Amino acid sequence: MTPAAALKRTPLFDVHTGCKAKMVDFGGWNMPVQYSSILEEHAAVRTAVGLFDVSHMGEIEVRGPEAGKLIDYVSTNHAAKLKLGQAHYSALLYEHGGFVDDILVHKVADDEFFLCVNASNQEKDFEHICAANHFDAEVDFASERYAQLAIQGPKALATLQKLTQTDLAAIKYYWFTDGSVSGTPARIARTGYTGEDGFEIYVSPGDAPRLWREILAAGEKAGIKQCGLGARNTLRLEAKMALYGHELTASINPLEADLGWIVKMDKGNFVGRAALEKPPARRLVGFEMQERGIGRDGYEVWIEGQPAGWVTSGGPSPTLNKNIGLCYLPIDKAVPGVAIQIMIRNAPVAAITVPTPFYKRAKA
Amino acid sequence: MSYPANYQYTKEHEWVLVEGASGTIGITDHAQHELGDIVFVDLPKVGAKVTKGQTFGSVESVKAVSDIYSPVSGEVTEINEILSKTPEKLNEDPHGAAWLVKVKLTDGGEAKELMSAADYEKYVGTE
Repeated sequence: MTPAAALKRTPLFDVHTGCKAKMVDFGGWNMPVQYSSILEEHAAVRTAVGLFDVSHMGEIEVRGPEAGKLIDYVSTNHAAKLKLGQAHYSALLYEHGGFVDDILVHKVADDEFFLCVNASNQEKDFEHICAANHFDAEVDFASERYAQLAIQGPKALATLQKLTQTDLAAIKYYWFTDGSVSGTPARIARTGYTGEDGFEIYVSPGDAPRLWREILAAGEKAGIKQCGLGARNTLRLEAKMALYGHELTASINPLEADLGWIVKMDKGNFVGRAALEKPPARRLVGFEMQERGIGRDGYEVWIEGQPAGWVTSGGPSPTLNKNIGLCYLPIDKAVPGVAIQIMIRNAPVAAITVPTPFYKRAKA
Repeated sequence: MSYPANYQYTKEHEWVLVEGASGTIGITDHAQHELGDIVFVDLPKVGAKVTKGQTFGSVESVKAVSDIYSPVSGEVTEINEILSKTPEKLNEDPHGAAWLVKVKLTDGGEAKELMSAADYEKYVGTE
């Protein structure tokens, strides 16, 4: 483990330690895992609004006449289909089809794309994109120019609207606009990693502490809570959103990860395409525990007395009050309704595969 | 929260209260705080043998699972039933109502090797 002093810090580090958040090493970053209680923070996002510091996430900007061509060559989704101000979920793959990373691609202009990538993958992603850059495009490592805050929950819009002239209701899900929040320039995207409505805003690092305080003040009546990575994880698991290092790794491809919808085989060649021609032998599937116990990351999954797969993420679902998880199973077993056993400290505990997402918000 | 002076403590953050031949075992306030919201407590059955320094159960929080190591050796005479329905009690009253198990001690001398409340407080202060 890296000594705490050597860990990277976001511009909000002093804010977190100042309110006694519990800090952890998250992929080399000293990040808040919880402020009060993961369960309380989770509930705030499902019923009101929560504020997350996600400034550890990386940003990469791609510019130039062939920026879109580079994006389409180096990622799986079809960037040429994006309209100005639109974003989509995509993946960077190795030639063998495994994940380099999962990313968000924002189309800022015909010749400019803005990528949001995972914190611990950002240098690797940058090198990967540069290595594929045989185009008239420039790849710019921009992480140090951005802090990122996530405002998530049914009251997120009303909270953030108090601080901006931009008509937030006019921004559709997975669209974004460049505006300002509390007088500072901000890229405002209607995206998130919680399964709730909400926004992710990208601002200058120096403005982040002031904005953090102002957003908390704006959301006070709505019951806003500061939320850490612990709640972020339980929220994303309920919504079945993948986490790199768990569901997604260099030895898993997007078809296996049940992310076929972000792979556009008909768009032309892209890195990793050839490896996706053959159907997957295993796939990610959700499960619920039927007996007492929690299937956690790395635990073996057995079917009819034989090892069959492994758990990638698991934990209690505070919203559903069940113990849930995700696991990889052979393709014929990766369907709802299969009886499985999770090996918890060498003892088999009954579970059953279920449809996902575990939680889906009601349409407004 | 203060650490009761009549308990003995382990480096793995359990406590034991010895009363005659009986020992009551729990986890410390420091342990519950580090774990966060506790959602599940796995305890042995009455009659099970526990051995000093060996794991006899686990406590799971939202984000992690942590083994419980027995501070003493003995036989389980009672388990705290309130924890199966309301594991969150362990966050609220770890030194009191949310004890884990009671055991009949094999060797009353074992607990003396553990830390006192003052030593444990120093230990968690420097950990």
